[in-house]
Amino acid sequence: MIAEAIKTKTPSRSYASTRNACKLCAPFGACIVFRGISGCIPLIHGSQGCSTYIRRYGISHFREPIDIASSNFTESTAIFGGRDNLESALSNVTRQYKPEAIGVTSTCLSETIGENVPMYIAQYEKDRSEREKNDGAKEPALFYASTPSYRGTHMDGFHEAIYSVVSKLAGTSVASENVEEPKHINLISGFVSSEDLRELHKILSSFEMPYTLLPDYSESLDGGSWEEYQKLPKGGTPLESIRRMSSAVGTITLGESIPREHDASAWLESNFGVKAARVPMPIGIENTDAFFSQLTEFTGRPISQKWMDVRGRLIDAYIDGHKYCFGKKAIVYGEEDFVLAICSFLSELGIEPVLVATGAVSDSFKSRILSILKKNRSEPIVMDDADFVTMLEKAKDLSPDFVMGSSKGFYLAKNLEIPLIRCGFPIHDRMGGHRILHLGYRGTLNLFDLVCNTLMQIKQSSSKIGYTYI
Amino acid sequence: MIEILDERKRQVFENGKDSYNIACGKASTAGSVSQRACVFCGSRVVLYPIADALHLVHGPIGCAAYTWDIRGSLSSGSELYRMSFSTDLRENEVIYGGEKKLYEALVELIDQYAPKAAFVYSTCIVGLIGDDVDAVCARVSREKGIPVLPVFSEGFKGTKKDGYRAACEAVFKLVGRDNTTPVSPFSINILGDFNLAGEIWIIKEYYRKMGIEVTSCITGDGRVDEIGRAHKAKLNVVQCSGSMSYLAKMMKETYGIPFIRVSYFGIEDMSSALYDVANFFDNKEIIEKTQKVVLEEVSTLLPQLESFRRDLEGKKAAIYVGGSFKAFSLVKALRHLGIQTVVVGSQTGTQEDYNYLKEITEEGTIICDDTNPLELSKFILEKGADLLIGGVKERPIAYKMGIAFCDHNHERKEALAGFEGMLNFSREVHSSIMSPVWKYSPARIKHAGGVE
Repeated sequence: MIAEAIKTKTPSRSYASTRNACKLCAPFGACIVFRGISGCIPLIHGSQGCSTYIRRYGISHFREPIDIASSNFTESTAIFGGRDNLESALSNVTRQYKPEAIGVTSTCLSETIGENVPMYIAQYEKDRSEREKNDGAKEPALFYASTPSYRGTHMDGFHEAIYSVVSKLAGTSVASENVEEPKHINLISGFVSSEDLRELHKILSSFEMPYTLLPDYSESLDGGSWEEYQKLPKGGTPLESIRRMSSAVGTITLGESIPREHDASAWLESNFGVKAARVPMPIGIENTDAFFSQLTEFTGRPISQKWMDVRGRLIDAYIDGHKYCFGKKAIVYGEEDFVLAICSFLSELGIEPVLVATGAVSDSFKSRILSILKKNRSEPIVMDDADFVTMLEKAKDLSPDFVMGSSKGFYLAKNLEIPLIRCGFPIHDRMGGHRILHLGYRGTLNLFDLVCNTLMQIKQSSSKIGYTYI
Repeated sequence: MIEILDERKRQVFENGKDSYNIACGKASTAGSVSQRACVFCGSRVVLYPIADALHLVHGPIGCAAYTWDIRGSLSSGSELYRMSFSTDLRENEVIYGGEKKLYEALVELIDQYAPKAAFVYSTCIVGLIGDDVDAVCARVSREKGIPVLPVFSEGFKGTKKDGYRAACEAVFKLVGRDNTTPVSPFSINILGDFNLAGEIWIIKEYYRKMGIEVTSCITGDGRVDEIGRAHKAKLNVVQCSGSMSYLAKMMKETYGIPFIRVSYFGIEDMSSALYDVANFFDNKEIIEKTQKVVLEEVSTLLPQLESFRRDLEGKKAAIYVGGSFKAFSLVKALRHLGIQTVVVGSQTGTQEDYNYLKEITEEGTIICDDTNPLELSKFILEKGADLLIGGVKERPIAYKMGIAFCDHNHERKEALAGFEGMLNFSREVHSSIMSPVWKYSPARIKHAGGVE
């Protein structure tokens, strides 16, 4: 028997508890962003467990070393404050890792006892600048993301970390003052796979204009085998590149759910007049078209024929496979922006998401989903603040054909006896979760094949004869 | 060049070279990327396998989310333990207190899932926001008629070991509740086996063949009612003594049950675990049966190890595990495969443990306490290890450096205990070391002159 199926009765009201969460806590997202910045090591200001758990969770998906330091609170730290611990953590990490930057995050613990981390960091920076003058040692840049684990989800931590890095560095470049900078653009990617980031590099390069992609863990969280041990795996957005984000033509942000107070592109716009554009995650033809149009608008350059060819093949594939897809029913869950984009993609195929869920609390999620799924024959169940057990309870009478999302939906799919199409984050039970391509025309083509082949396999394996032509 | 932090220099010891006492039992150095977890983690992993209990994590969502399905512990019945329940505290509760939400969560979950008992794990902020978890648990226990046990496992209040203690204190409250079920005069409790991949079933079968009754398993494939009669067993057999010695001591003080420490890993230790129990009962029939079990198992096992040993002779291993008792067994088990241990360490070892490691390892072996990824990579390279034994967090260190890896942590899905487990262990080590993939590893090509 599968764990989620054990129940004595169907609940009639919503639960006070969360049963098999569909979200993580905020420091997690911040750590991923910090590992997507060149030479940056995350440092969690809290208990040792936070860093160890987050490392383990990330390593199980990326299958890469993810070193995250901790200020390692003890009982007396919680009583007397964590300043000393933070300072010794900063200096120990600096000594041992020689990082270009350290990304500090808070935790529920440090926030609850009211730690004034920005003040600690400012003082630490002031003290060490004296030391720097004396011994000339190069000290790392310090970022601070406030990520109380009781507020929001890992996505709030993700956006907050980007905001903290941009608002600290952008506009501080000294190298370019006398040089005419070439036109360039910014892209803030959202929480996507390492493969997606490599795809974004390809797309951006094809517009032949310099760019900053933030964060960029395409290599730092998916690198090759090593010759020497790397204290911090190479790759990541260069700090200098972030400094110059203030002089870009515009910033494109993938995803529309970012709260304004975390929105780095809004900050760049109001402080430096860098135009801000938010587009949905480019999954599906229409979302990808919107992304490419925005790139054309900012760069003034046309979409290259290469991408138009891929787009052509994508449409061709949609048509080839449309009969297997039309009218099928799906359950989709995960981060808000990811779910919005997957629903948009599925609706292009005539697949109806019947249950759509995110673990985040969101006022706008339902209306956005309903507007994407307005062609659904029946109104889907849309849940924010959702967990996996509630999803199962709601899904029982919907007779869905497949489940689409992270590997944490395994029990959900197994209980419903339907396939799970693994995508998004995390993928803990298969190889290559970080190499799944979701974005752009090529990513859509990849997801299309996954979806269509899953449906074809159902058809094949449910046939007594088992046709070899389907 | 990787340097060891000054604060940590005495936590690293080279056998035959250094003469100081290895430093241990300390809080991790701030900024050192310790592989340790926290107090909560210690409690959570120990209690996790009690299958028919409700496990509710009281705190913000992270602690529950990161520990959902975290162990490879199996159950022969109830699957309730595999659910991840959390009070998922939000800002509002942090300001106004979480007692109301805890109460509601407990009541609704007990109503829906009808558990035999409930554990409520306190996470970091619970004490800080002033929740009286004791009072809420007592109230729900009264109302629902089942034990509702607080586990005081605030993450920052010590190390993982303190979490073990908190778990033992909670589970001890379940002991002694059943005085009616008859218990054999030759009965034991198995403490500190967590039934990873069904290991406890292997061990129980040996004891059954010896004529020994296993009264309760704490906590592998654990049941609340079974634990309730644990006090009537004649002997506590403690594996993973780091986590379960507290419980064994409490049971000795309160119920007068003696305990012995054992390990189920490797041939010698597994055999001793059976003989020590037989000798305790000092019963001729049991001793004869034990000899028969060991003889049968060992004579089946040894020839099967031969082919592995031929391939593995002369290889070198690094071991980094949570508890040092496991490290002892691994050093000995590896010797059967012709593998020498060149690096060995643990997260929670004591002075005594490290002294013992000094005795059983050879000159030049690095012994380390609470080490970190950078140090591990350095030792692996300096000592030319071919294999790392550890957990998921250590795995990428091995793989990036182009050496084999064996998961011996609480997440594992392979049964490595018992004689059967020794065979699985050998197969696992063999299949990783002998894989042809290493010949492509840049690190191996550079540092080991390649792989044949």
